[in-house]
Amino acid sequence: MKEIKYKRSEPRLMKGNEALAEAAICAGMDAYFGYPITPQSEILEYFTEQIPKRQGIVLQAESEVASINMVYGAAGAGARVMTSSSSPGISLMQEGISYIASAQLPCLVVNVVRGGPGLGTIQPSQGDYFQAVKGGGHGDYKLIVLAPATVQEMADFVFDAFRLAEEYRNPAMILSDGALGQMMEKVELIEEGQLPKSEEKWTTVGKPKTRQRNIITSLFIQPEKMEQINIDLQAKYKVIEENEVRYELIQTKDADIILSAYGLSARICQKVVELAREKGIKVGLLRPITLFPFPKKAIAELANQAEFFLVVEMNAGQMVEDVALAVNGKVPVHFKGRMGGMIPTPEEILAEVEAILEKQNLVKV
Amino acid sequence: MHIENNIDGLELVYKRPETLTDTPFHYCPGCGHSVAHRVLMEVVEELGIQDKTIGIAPVGCSVFAYHYMDVDMQEAAHGRASAVATGVKRVRPDKYVFSYQGDGDLAAIGTAETIHTVNRGENILMVFINNGIYGMTGGQMAPTSLVGMKTSTSPYGRDAANVGYPLKITELIAQLPGAYYVTRQSVHTSGAVRKLKKAIKASFEYQKLNKGTCFIEVVSNCPSGWKMTPKETIDYIEQQMFPMYPLGDIKVPKQ
Repeated sequence: MKEIKYKRSEPRLMKGNEALAEAAICAGMDAYFGYPITPQSEILEYFTEQIPKRQGIVLQAESEVASINMVYGAAGAGARVMTSSSSPGISLMQEGISYIASAQLPCLVVNVVRGGPGLGTIQPSQGDYFQAVKGGGHGDYKLIVLAPATVQEMADFVFDAFRLAEEYRNPAMILSDGALGQMMEKVELIEEGQLPKSEEKWTTVGKPKTRQRNIITSLFIQPEKMEQINIDLQAKYKVIEENEVRYELIQTKDADIILSAYGLSARICQKVVELAREKGIKVGLLRPITLFPFPKKAIAELANQAEFFLVVEMNAGQMVEDVALAVNGKVPVHFKGRMGGMIPTPEEILAEVEAILEKQNLVKV
Repeated sequence: MHIENNIDGLELVYKRPETLTDTPFHYCPGCGHSVAHRVLMEVVEELGIQDKTIGIAPVGCSVFAYHYMDVDMQEAAHGRASAVATGVKRVRPDKYVFSYQGDGDLAAIGTAETIHTVNRGENILMVFINNGIYGMTGGQMAPTSLVGMKTSTSPYGRDAANVGYPLKITELIAQLPGAYYVTRQSVHTSGAVRKLKKAIKASFEYQKLNKGTCFIEVVSNCPSGWKMTPKETIDYIEQQMFPMYPLGDIKVPKQ
């Protein structure tokens, strides 16, 4: 993915959800439709407070189902549009997201994930990984999924998400969690007016005599046509996989053991790398930033040097399946997870590393 | 299928509006959909607003409306047309936006969207085709099916004790302050069609005023779903449907 140098404002101390909302305004968002749910209601609250004084549209919908369909309508009419919710609300949106993916509309969906399944808990979780990266609703489709690990990234990824969504005519998702949404950190926001908009030819804005009518649809009743739509979508996802993979490597150069984690788990694993190296265990971290496209090649390359992988997630083991696919049997892939809103500590992850080492009898003195 | 005025000395008095595409309707013989489509597009042509009009057609028989209506259109998920219309209208407030929804869509799966769209007073026109049945999926019971009406999912007739009563959603939403103009029309006679056209025209004119939602119920028929001849459906509309769904304005703008 291309890195763009933006002009930034002075550092501010902001909550993750609020930084994300402010970034959306700075990114020239035309409209936001949403429904309250913890732990992300600050996003809707921030917009309802700020937008009347600035520019754009904010509307509290009657449900997440209505929100995502308002997003569909606005995106089809050429607006830069987003919604946000947390896990149960995102489940409600899945039908609409599938329609948006099929009709190839750009938009941003933010999921500030909480523990599940069911009503679950309002504490942070990564239990929605599969839902986010494997489509989520019905049919074969993909979202472009960005996973922030800091408040700074909560803000910055709004720009990336809008830019990628519009470039590929595809819904993008920021997959955050309750901790990142609620925590306060220093953030240097990207200043307004730096994300250009273009007038698209396909939008439904009223048909002049000079062109054919534009139709936004996901209905192609002839199977031959529907298959072609699928072929086109898959070709687009392939291009995205070739061009937009983004990840971070931390001390992997000499690492014997590779931790792999995204979002909040990756922050915790960064500490594990430090603690392990203090004990002389050469641990490195691969942090996927885009979860789709997934950094398969980077993982495959590290599999040539690593003794084993340990994937750390706040779920029952989801991304570990994608890591294992990329490692393709070259070395063992282990998993350490906490569920239901519990966050693993660096110490328990390090203990897991040491336990695996002991089992494999690989301790290097 | 272009009809040209190529006979000398004769004046062409009736033709397909230019806002309809040159595509024959696929609707079953005798179905009211094609008449409703036509008058809607006649109004768009007469008002000269084709370049400012965006239509929303959700799941149901109306899902193919964009095959015929020569305006920019969005297809919506089942029940969500008015939410999609809200999204369009909010970001394009200077355009004319209409939804065209059936009874299953608007009064069952989309009830929440219907009520809240009108309650917000979205400046759109909602056209509600009430034929008391799910036509597209093969004639299942709709929220507006009459008590005793036989459908493929109420083969012994609609039993109110089990599945409830026909939902008069038009009367319901007329109570909401966001509703600006609410009327019930039909397409079963040429006189009725003329009245419907007047109501549609008024609704697009009202949309300019930014005063709230215009809502037109169109009592229609479904010869295939009702398992009747078109003539029998007209008798059924007059004798059975109208006592439950009486024609006329339900809420008119205050002068």
